[in-house]
Formats: sequence, structure tokens, C-alpha cells
Amino acid sequence: MAAPASWETVIGLETHVQLRTASKMFCGCSAAFGAPPNTNVCPVCLGLPGALPMANGLALQLAVRAALALGCTVHSRSVFARKNYFYPDLPKGYQISQFEQPLATEGSLSYLSPDRGIATATIQRLHVEEDAGKSLHDRFPKHTAIDLNRCGVPLVEIVTGPDFRSPQEARAYLLTLKQVLEYAAVSDCDMEKGSLRVDANVSVRRVGRPELGTKTEVKNINSFAYVEKALTVEHDRQIALLEGGGTVEQQTLLYDAKTNSVRPQRAKEASHDYRYFPDPDLPPLVLREEFIAEQQALLPELPAKKRERFVEKYALSVTDAAVLTADRSVADYYEAVVHAGADAKAAANWVMTEVLADAKDHADGLRVPAGALANLIGLVRGGTLSHQAAKRVFGEVADHGGEPRNVAEALGLIQVADTGVVTGWVSEVLVSHPTEVARYRSGETKLLQFFLGQVMKLSRGKADPKLAQRVLEEKLVA
Amino acid sequence: MSDPSEALASAKATADRLVKAKRLNACLTPVGELRKALVTQAQAAHPSGVLYGMPVAVKDNICTLEFTTTCGSKILESYRSPYEATAVAKLKAAGALIAGKTNCDEFAMGSSTEHSAYGRTLHPFDKTRVPGGSSGGSAALVAAGAVPAALGSETGGSVRQPASLCGVVGIKPTYGRVSRWGLVAFGSSLDQIGVLGRSVHDAARVLSVISGRDPKDSTCEERDPLRLPNVPESLQGFVIGIPREYFPADLDPAVRRACDRAVRLCKELGAAVREVALPHTAYAVPTYYILAPAEASSNLARYDGARYGPRFDGSADVRALYRTTRGEGFGPEVRRRILLGTYVLSSGYYDAYYRKAQQMRALIAQDFRNAFDRGVDLLFTPTTPSPAFKAGEKLDDPVAMYLSDIFTVTANLAGLPAISLPIGRVKGLPLGGQFIGQAFLEDEMLEAAYALERVVPATEEA
Repeated sequence: MAAPASWETVIGLETHVQLRTASKMFCGCSAAFGAPPNTNVCPVCLGLPGALPMANGLALQLAVRAALALGCTVHSRSVFARKNYFYPDLPKGYQISQFEQPLATEGSLSYLSPDRGIATATIQRLHVEEDAGKSLHDRFPKHTAIDLNRCGVPLVEIVTGPDFRSPQEARAYLLTLKQVLEYAAVSDCDMEKGSLRVDANVSVRRVGRPELGTKTEVKNINSFAYVEKALTVEHDRQIALLEGGGTVEQQTLLYDAKTNSVRPQRAKEASHDYRYFPDPDLPPLVLREEFIAEQQALLPELPAKKRERFVEKYALSVTDAAVLTADRSVADYYEAVVHAGADAKAAANWVMTEVLADAKDHADGLRVPAGALANLIGLVRGGTLSHQAAKRVFGEVADHGGEPRNVAEALGLIQVADTGVVTGWVSEVLVSHPTEVARYRSGETKLLQFFLGQVMKLSRGKADPKLAQRVLEEKLVA
Repeated sequence: MSDPSEALASAKATADRLVKAKRLNACLTPVGELRKALVTQAQAAHPSGVLYGMPVAVKDNICTLEFTTTCGSKILESYRSPYEATAVAKLKAAGALIAGKTNCDEFAMGSSTEHSAYGRTLHPFDKTRVPGGSSGGSAALVAAGAVPAALGSETGGSVRQPASLCGVVGIKPTYGRVSRWGLVAFGSSLDQIGVLGRSVHDAARVLSVISGRDPKDSTCEERDPLRLPNVPESLQGFVIGIPREYFPADLDPAVRRACDRAVRLCKELGAAVREVALPHTAYAVPTYYILAPAEASSNLARYDGARYGPRFDGSADVRALYRTTRGEGFGPEVRRRILLGTYVLSSGYYDAYYRKAQQMRALIAQDFRNAFDRGVDLLFTPTTPSPAFKAGEKLDDPVAMYLSDIFTVTANLAGLPAISLPIGRVKGLPLGGQFIGQAFLEDEMLEAAYALERVVPATEEA
């Protein structure tokens, strides 16, 4: 195999993101995923003779927000263009997109590169377009079925420069992009549902060479899990070719996840000349400055900013802040817990462990209300509940609701801080473990934890651990 | 009319007249179906509508629920639209009766209605001649007296040219005055639904009904429907410009005589007449024949046999299906324009053709603005360089056919309103003259047309 260090990979990404609208880009049909085939259709998205497109105002708002979230310059005038090609799932014979004058250009996105630390990807352009329908090749033997439900669903295409130097970087960028777009609430970015799709331009060159190698375009990467694999397969293929004295041919390749390999797109599927021209059915898209400012104002605090703020305001580590801000709803939840009175550090620990674990197992999200969690944390802090007991209460509240204190009482978990009662438990433990008592007294003081554990067990977690420890120490010395 | 029995009588009389006009092959709707539909519509029409009981035929490239919409093409044979054009819906809401679908050049591409998959339409005065096109069926039906008005469509003169050749009135409104929703697209940046009528008033009142905003068409202007002007006593205060480029030295002398007479009458009505220059006129036809086919090549891509319309090959290979369906479904003129349009949009040729033509289009529009800025209200020109020509005469020479649009394409390129009205006869054949107005000032243009119509000896030799 080639010495990988002598080659550098250069990757640029084109990402298609479905905008979160109820209706399609140019007609009133539902943009929902998963309806029975060809039920969300009308004369416009079916491309019937005489039908005309009308741009969806909400889609334009979301597209502008996406552009602003990526630091792009949003142009006051952009132009819809027709991209002409023949395919059965493209009913008009052209896709309405933007070409010479896109909605936005010149943005950037910082992400954490696994190789280089904080790196910045340039966003060359962001434009609005409509999705095509779906060709289903495996539904009926020997036939291709067409589902036009997706046809006309609003998309933005986000094009980066040739900025990534490894498949891992490309993936890190994509995850950051997804995070930003989810924050901005412009898309649900669900790769499995096809609401985020990525095509990659890949080339390799000798380290230190300024000019780019011949690139190939890799398509059909339809899961985050495949991004790294597909790109790795392709850069390995190119390096092997070049090492063997061959050349890379500029072509479009399809990634096959089953075999983890790429194959050239059939020549027939490749279109060479899209004959773009301005769509005469749609006037140029003119956006007032106030409109753009409104969209800017509607953008929430984005993840990078929020992370910084969490570190500063709540004295969290960068790593903890990153975990807490990875998802906007989790970040909002964390802040709500703190605002409800919980200690910031304790709240962070609870959210990162119990809350996220619970959310992972349950589709209904963050099940314990922020106020309840704050109260629960308060009970631990005030010595009313042990940490162990609090975890049980958390589970109860998550499953059945209720106020943590009431739940704890009902479960009999309130900590016992009565010296008499605790002394009783301690005595019982010591009496039933004479050997360990003797060992302790002969200097094996680390057995204290063992005795404490036994006391907690006997008290079913109710003994105040600090009090129990003190009583234990007194009795063992005696 | 306002009485249901009158509407019913109108429906029946219309059906009878359409039967009589059958020999023209101007109406594509079978007579039996048409008679039934007219009666049903008359019964359903609301008597308060301003066009109550008025039969209006509709060019076959405008979608109707009532009849098939074939665009004169085999590729849409038997196609029935599941929705209707806004213009048609507005006509029906005003109480008009949709009096069948009229023959046209395939997808409105042509100037003689010979390029129809359903046979050519005959000129009502002389069956050896063409009625003009592409709205030749609409013009012939109005000229034959079968209907008082009909909808046509214009991309480059397709209402005014047949109106001129058939001796009726044809109006092409300002681009954006009438919704294009349901008008099957040819050259979307040029297409407008227009009206052919027995008289300026018949055409104008239909235009008034179909005009106005439409939330389904973003190129349709946010405006109220056109208000009809009164018939003026004189043309006092009007400044009419005569663009010298429309009167070349080799202009047919009879056409020149007819125009001179019309201009003289305008002067007698009190109008000031002044010569103007529209220097880019010579580039209009080549500009048009780049832009319109470019848009057409994209607009007609959807006819592939995959979803509607006939398939001409059941082959499993989708490329073969496209090739055969489009090769056999489209006629030669449509294929020629698709090839031309595909070529001018191709990478490497786009700048030399499409982009340059767009620049020229802007210059042509600027010519008109310059003339209007210098105080001219309207322009007057011949509508066509000659009266109706013989069938077959220009079929083998597409460029000669294209040149019959020479005086009409400019208004489409500039998006301006224009009206053609009969101004005389040449050897018994009608001839039209046109007023070209300023954008959205159809009312002024109609005033001039009303005034000239009253005095011009439209049926006399020029």
C-alpha cells in the first residue's frame, strides 16, 4: 500500500438540505415524508401543461436564515434558473434552481477538525432549489416506479471550497453543519430520511504541491456512517491508481454501502450540459434589507457562541459545554434547570448523565421537567436524598411524573439523619461482620467504605452517608 | 342578455353556427359534444355576469375542464386537463359559454395554422389560403361569424397576425395583464393570452374580464382588471408615432396605401402624427427566434410519454421511449424549434446566442421607451407585410414564414400591448393595422382603436 503520508486528500462538499416547510417550494402540496406514493401532488409539481410555480415564502425565509447562520452574504437580488435534463422523476424536464445569481455566497463555518483543531470551511454559495421525485427500481420486478411526492420539496444546496484534508475532517464539518442548521431550525437534517444529502468532490495530490489533482464526484452517500467510509475508499482508490502510474479520470462515482466500494455512474445517467437559463416563470427574487435583517433577528444563538457562553457563565469545561450545546433542546433544557435554581455544575452532571441516557432510551425526549430536576438536585444538595436515591426518583418522575420530594417520600427514600436510627444500623452491621471489624482495628482502615456500603444497603439507601460515616468511625475506634 | 332562455337560445344558435363553420376545420371539438356542453353551460351560467350567454371559443393551448387540450399536437392527443386556465375560469364566472377549442399551429409555433396535427384551418374567405396563425382557428371562427370573440395566445404575433389576415380585431395585452395559469407554455417570457373579436368592443370586453391579478402566476401583475374606456368623440390630444422601420421601401404598395389611409383618418380625428425611429427593429425577428425556441426547448421537455399523453413505444428503455415519443409525437416545426433552442442554450453557445439575444431584447424595449418618452402616446404600423398567403406557400421555407411576424414580434419582445384592426382589403382579402401602446395603458390604445374603427372603410379596397 502507498505511504499515505506522501499524499494529501482534498475534499469539497455539496450538501442538499431539505427546508422545514409544511408545503412544497412552488406549490401548496404537503412536503411531508412518508405519504403513500403520488398522493402529495398537483398540476404544478406534476409538471402538467400550463401549470406555473409560485415561490414558497416560508422556504425563502428559512433559506435566508440558513445562509445567515453560515455567515453568508445574502444577495438582495437572486435569480431562479432552470437546470434542464431528462429523467422520469423530473416531470418538467427541468429542475428550478439557481445558477449564475445564487441567493447567498461567501460564508464560512468553523468546525473542530480531528487533525488540525479549529478549522474553517468556506461556503462558496448557498442556493435554493426544488427536489426531484424518486425512482424506485426495486419495487416492481423489471420496472421502475416513480413517486413524485418529493418532487418540488424545497432544498438549499450548500457548496464548500476544496477545504477538507481528510475524510474525517469532511465528516466533522458535516456534523457541525447539521448542528448549525438544526439550531437555526431550518431543517431536521435527517440523512436517513434524505433531508440532508451530500455529494463530495475528491482529489489527491503530493503533499506540498499547490495545484489540485483531477477530482471525482462521489454521490449516493446516504448516511453519516458512510461519509468517512466512502471518502476513504475513494482516496485510497485514487492513490493506488497514481502510485501504479495511472491517472485519475474526472467522473461521477456512486458509493455502494453494501460492498463499501465506488463504481462509475453509467454514462447514460450522467448529464453533461444542463443548459441553465433564467426561469421566465419566476421574477428575480428581490429581498429587502429589512427582510434580511428580520431573518437575522429570528436566528437563535448558534452552537459555537453558546458553547463559549456556557464555559464563561457556568464555569463549565469546554468538553462539557460542547456536550451540553450539541443539541439545542438539550442546551435550552440545561439552562432552564439552572434558571430554576440548580447548581450549574451539578445540573451539568445530571444532564450529561441521567438526562441524556434517559433521552436516548425514550423517543419522547426530555421527560423530567427542568423545574423537577432542579428540585431533585436541591434535595441531594440539602442532604435530603442520597445521590443513589435521587437517581431512583429521577427514573420514577421520568416514567410516572410527580414532584421529586413527594415521589421520594412515597418510595421511602428520604435520608435518615436521626443519629439514634443511624447508630442502630451501624451497630447491626458491626455485629454481623466481626472479622472485618477486627481487620479494621488492626489497621485496615480502607474497610470503612465496605462498612458504609453495608449501612447503606441495610438502610435501603436512606441513611445520611455523612452521618453514617461519622458514627462508623466513632464505633470502630471504640 | 340576462334571461336564462336567451342564454339557452344563444347556446343553441352558437352550436348551429359552429356546425356551419365546420368546413373551415377551425374548431377541434366534435359538434355533438360541443352542443351538449354549450347547453349545460348556459343552464349553469349566472345571469348577473357581464358576459352572460356570450359564446367565446378558446384556443386549444389553453386548459379547459370541458374539452380536451391538445395544443394541436399528437403528443397531447385526447389530453384532458384536470384544471382550467384562470382566463377560462374568469370567463365562466362572467357567464360566458366556452364554445369549443380552436385549431392552432402545434404548441402555437407557426404563422399559418398549417402546423397542426389535426389538419390545417382554411381561410374563411378563400379556402386555398391560410387564416394566419398560430391562433388561426380562433380568427377563422370569429371571421366566419360563428362566435363574437375567441381567446388566442401570442408569443410573437399569434393573435394579431391571424386577426389581420382574417379581417377581425386582435388584442395582445401587456405582458402580465392576463394570467398565464393554464396557458400551455411556449415562450414563457413572451406568452400572453389575447382576444380575437368581431369588433374592438367585443374583444375589449372579453379582455377586461380575463385581465387582472392571479395568485397562481407570479408574472401576472398585481393590478385590477382592465376598465373599458368610453368610445371617444375624437383623437384630439393623441400623439401617434409612425416608426419608419415598419414602412420599408419594398413594402407591399397596397399595405402602404391602407396604412396611409388609416393614418390620414387618425389625423382627421384630431391626432397629431409624427415619424419616430425604432433603430433595433431589424434585429427583432432573429432575437425572437433565439429566445422563443430557447424557452420552448425547456417548456416542451415535459412531453416525454412518461406520465400523460400517448406513448409511441412501449420499450423498456426509458431513453428509447423519450426518443420515439418525442420524435413521433411532435411535428417538424416543433422539432425544429426544440433543436434550435437546445442549441442556443448549450454550453459554449449560450453567450453567443441566448445572452446576446437577451441584450438585444433590452435594446428593442428601450427603443419603444425612447419613443414614448418623447411624447408619443401610441405607435401605428401595418400588422402584417401582406394579406393572407396561399396554403403551402411558405411551408418549405421556414424563414419566409418567420418573416410574416416581422411587425408583430417587437411588441412581444418589449412586453407592450398592441391591437390589430381591419383597415381595408387587398384584392378582397382583409388587411390589419396595429396600434402599439405603452405598458398597461391598454385603455388609451383601445380609445384610439375605437375611434379609428368607426371611420375606417375596413371592407373597401385600399
